[in-house]
Order: sequence, then structure tokens, then C-alpha cells
Amino acid sequence: MTPWLVMLAGGLLTYATRLSFIVLLGRMAIPTWLQRLLRFVPPAVLSAIIFPELFLAQGHLALSLANSRLIAGLAAVLVAFWKRSILLTILVGMAVLLILETLQ
Amino acid sequence: MLTRQSAFWAGVRAELPLLLGVFPFGMIYGILALEAGLTPAAAQAMSSIVFAGSSQFVAAQLFHAAAPAAVIVFTIAVVNLRHALYSATLAPYTRRLSPLWKALMAYLLTDEAFVVGIIHYRSLDSSAPEAQAQGQWYFLGAGLALWSTWQLSTAAGVFLGAAVPAQWPLDFTLPLTFIALVAPGLKDRPAVAAAISAGLAALLAYSLPYRLGLILAALVGITVGMLVEGRR
Repeated sequence: MTPWLVMLAGGLLTYATRLSFIVLLGRMAIPTWLQRLLRFVPPAVLSAIIFPELFLAQGHLALSLANSRLIAGLAAVLVAFWKRSILLTILVGMAVLLILETLQ
Repeated sequence: MLTRQSAFWAGVRAELPLLLGVFPFGMIYGILALEAGLTPAAAQAMSSIVFAGSSQFVAAQLFHAAAPAAVIVFTIAVVNLRHALYSATLAPYTRRLSPLWKALMAYLLTDEAFVVGIIHYRSLDSSAPEAQAQGQWYFLGAGLALWSTWQLSTAAGVFLGAAVPAQWPLDFTLPLTFIALVAPGLKDRPAVAAAISAGLAALLAYSLPYRLGLILAALVGITVGMLVEGRR
């Protein structure tokens, strides 16, 4: 029974988080500084998730060519900027990772 | 001008390439959840009740480690705190909508639907209210495309389970998806500064408990972005 209660509580808190400002800011004027600030939400949050996935291995900094996730991730970054294609970014990143892992 | 249907399908189409990265991640979640001892029904239900990939991943790991229920709930909530920032970012565009629309959009507010939706809203001419009025249909298309894929991929993971070799690095599709999402937004120095400082802060704060490093790093990135922009 506990897993169900846990996911129900976790789900409710998640939903409340998602609904929070949509409801709150629906009732008042949004100050200019807040509008300026919100522009930085996507790059900041996404990068905070991406960096540890690439630069850390088992929780430790792994800045070497042997870190195939770092190399594959950097390849994906190059493709993302150069081609601006979501599909190509994911495909190239995955292909580089699979090749490097096969070689090792 | 976009009709409701064409706005909806444009949203679906914009979301499609991302689904390539989302599907393997959902499968991995399904496999992990079963390994953690959840029943297939519970594993599947979490994908619609919580509906937030990375927190479901962490929750499965914590179930596996037999962590106390309160710790798992707290961790899910903290990992998903970033959605409050998404909620605030989306709020200016949802103000005129009915409570039902707001409730529905909040439910569908994931990383992937948020970025696709907000790029669309910002591309609309704010002086054309009739174009703005179709924005929620675009978001609904993107959100439902992601939702269905997440449910299907969870089911695929639950059914295939052990048939997928454990050494396949399918979890890597998550950072790849996020790389594809972040790149188009890095158009000026403040945005780049926000991204890099948030990333570095996330590395430094990684060992904080309950994944608090994520939200802390996001706040650092937002602050640095504001400071760099303010100086110009």
C-alpha cells in the first residue's frame, strides 16, 4: 500500500508546484523585473541537469577522454548549435556514445 | 491565422523529435520501477500520477533502497521544484484562460512541453491577441503528445523488462534531449552566462542531499543571467 500513498503524495505536491504561479500570478500584475528574470529559467534549469550527467561519473569529476558520456555530450552540443535539429542532436549523441562504449 | 486544430497539431509536430529521446527514458523508468519492487500497475500509475521523468527515476531508486516513505515524497517534491519556475514563466500567457485550462496546462507542464510551449508563446506577436488565443491549443498538442509517449514507453519498459540488456545506456537520452532543448535559447551573452554558471553550480552542489543542488544551481544561473544583462 505504501508505494501508492507515496506516489499520491509526491504527485499532489508536484501538481501543486506546477499549478502554483499559474494561479497566483493570474490574479496580479507581473512586475517587469520578474518577467526579465523568467527568461533565464530554461537555460539555467536545463544546464543544471545536463552538466552533472556529462562531467560526473559516480559522483566524481571525470574530465578525461575516457569519459564517453562527456565526449558524446560535447558532440551533441556541437550538433545542436550547428544544425539546430533536435532529432540529429539525440541521434549523433547516442551514436557517439555507443561507438565509444563498444571501443572500450 | 491558426485555427484551434492547426495550432494543436503544430504543437504535436513540434514535440515529435523530442519523443525520440523521451521514449527510451520512459522504458528505462519502467524497467527500474519493476526492479525496485513496484507492481506493474503501480509502476504504470506513477507515470500518470507524478508524470515527471527524473523524479520518477529517483523515486524508483529510493524504493529499491527501501528509503522511508517521507524521504521519497520529499525527494520527489524537491526534484520537481523547478516546475514552480516553469509555472511562473508560463503564467503571463495563461492569465486570461479559464480555471479548467489552467488546471489542464499545469498537469501537462513537463520540461519538454514547457520549453516547446514557451518558445512558441514568445514567437507570437503580442500585439495580435487572436494569435495568442491559440497558444493554449499548441501547448495542449505538445503536452498530450508527450503524455501519451510517456505512458506508452512506461508500458513498454514494464512489459519488456529484463529483455532490454542492462548495459544499454538508454538513460543518456535524457541529457541529450535537454541539450537539444537548451541550445536554441542561448542567443546572447546573459543566456549563455546563466547556462554555464548554473551548470558549474550543479557540479559543485551535486553532493547536497535530496537533489537540492539542482534547484540551488538553477537559482545561481538565473541570478548570474540577470547580473550580466543588467551591466549592459
